[in-house]
Amino acid sequence: MLNLLELLSFGPNGWGDEIAKGALLTLELAIATLPVGFAIGLGVALAKDSGSRLVRAAGNLFTTVFRGLPELLTLFIVYYGGQILFTRIAGYLVEGATIEVNQFLAGVIALSLVLGAFSSEVFLAAMRSVSRGQKEAASALGLSKWQAFRLVVLPQLWRVALPGLSNNWMVLLKDTSLVSVIAINDLMRQTSIAVGVTKQPFFFYLVACTIYLLFSILSSVGFSYAEARANRGLKRIGGKA
Amino acid sequence: MMDAVFSTLGAGFLALMGLLGLNADLMSRYGERFLGGIWVTLELVGISVFFGLLLALPLAIARVEGGRWTSRAAFAYSYFFRGTPLLAQTFLVYYGAGQFREQLTDIGLWWFFRDAFNCAVLTFTLNTAAYQSEILRGGIQSLPVGQSEGAKALGLNSVQTYIKVILPQAFAVGLRPLGNELVLMVKASSIASVITVYDLMGVTRLAFSRSYDMEVYLWAAVLYLVMVETIRRVWDVLERRLNRHLLLSH
Repeated sequence: MLNLLELLSFGPNGWGDEIAKGALLTLELAIATLPVGFAIGLGVALAKDSGSRLVRAAGNLFTTVFRGLPELLTLFIVYYGGQILFTRIAGYLVEGATIEVNQFLAGVIALSLVLGAFSSEVFLAAMRSVSRGQKEAASALGLSKWQAFRLVVLPQLWRVALPGLSNNWMVLLKDTSLVSVIAINDLMRQTSIAVGVTKQPFFFYLVACTIYLLFSILSSVGFSYAEARANRGLKRIGGKA
Repeated sequence: MMDAVFSTLGAGFLALMGLLGLNADLMSRYGERFLGGIWVTLELVGISVFFGLLLALPLAIARVEGGRWTSRAAFAYSYFFRGTPLLAQTFLVYYGAGQFREQLTDIGLWWFFRDAFNCAVLTFTLNTAAYQSEILRGGIQSLPVGQSEGAKALGLNSVQTYIKVILPQAFAVGLRPLGNELVLMVKASSIASVITVYDLMGVTRLAFSRSYDMEVYLWAAVLYLVMVETIRRVWDVLERRLNRHLLLSH
């Protein structure tokens, strides 16, 4: 038991610092993906709510594809596909040039596409919960379409969307582990490296699981604060907000 | 005779694919492997979702009916499996089992853990059981208490109450999320490819590493989408049919 704990120590003999670095990278990856994914999600939700049939169909197609594909496959398509595509483009410009796609960037793009597809459903449902009268009143007050969305609809949408979005975040946090397959030194990969050297898979993967679990618990605490804050103006039956 | 028919059909299919811009040569080399991969994926998903459901039932009932410690244990189980990545769980079982090889041989279970496919099935079963138990618990708890009181008044014991009254209604409530879980499992099963299982994702990766042709990933994408959309459509029909009494009452 003592030996195992020694393996987790920080410094040259232990794997504590390597794993901590990996955990940090996992968080960085998830946090970098979040705004991009939600922006895509909001855009796709607006497209699915659009008056134009073509735009609606495009929005639905996006959701169908990126919600239906395994995350691992999306990641490979973005990573290898990007590599081949950019190399081909570079080949036209400079003879024999090759381009390496940054793995972190590929990870962020792939995870954003998936997050966008899932969160667009949440945004769409939330958008529909904001009553039509709100938009009409905003336009009666002389706000432009964009102002009405930003100042009137979005603040109200947030409250309804928050539980769904927090769910999306939890899924994202776990999906980041897949990037270890394309050699990003995230928590999962650092753990695998430690396993390769120490031959203690059970212990190290359990440690990794515990760290992921810790992230989940911390996020759910954070989100319940955010939800309480978003609902502070709303009185419910029973008196409590 | 049959062979001739099949080979003509096959050649025609390849020609058609070629017209669509697909690489017929690639298809003839890896087509059969892809079919095998689809079968392995279906096996992975079918077995683990079935046994997952068997495990989810007692877990859900433990959450609702169990005493303090039973319900907490069931909660801890589902929290662990829902809060950690499936990839980490798979590694934990597959590589973790390798570490305990001697002990597993002693109790005569090594033959099971030696095979990556079995490890994947075991992990997926434990994982989907956690999700399914949450869905069923939600279904059970959504029912009004009058249902179990009524059953009691009719003289049914608790086992009969669950089998005849509560579970059928809980399944009706949980049908849609259970369908979603099935779809999620089809997607998640691709993780098995990381531990050397040749499911659809596994054969795709193999074909790509040999041919370095991006097209194989696009085939895989189409095949996964077809599987997922088929399940979604079939499930919609199933749900409308099984819940038709609920639709009528509105």
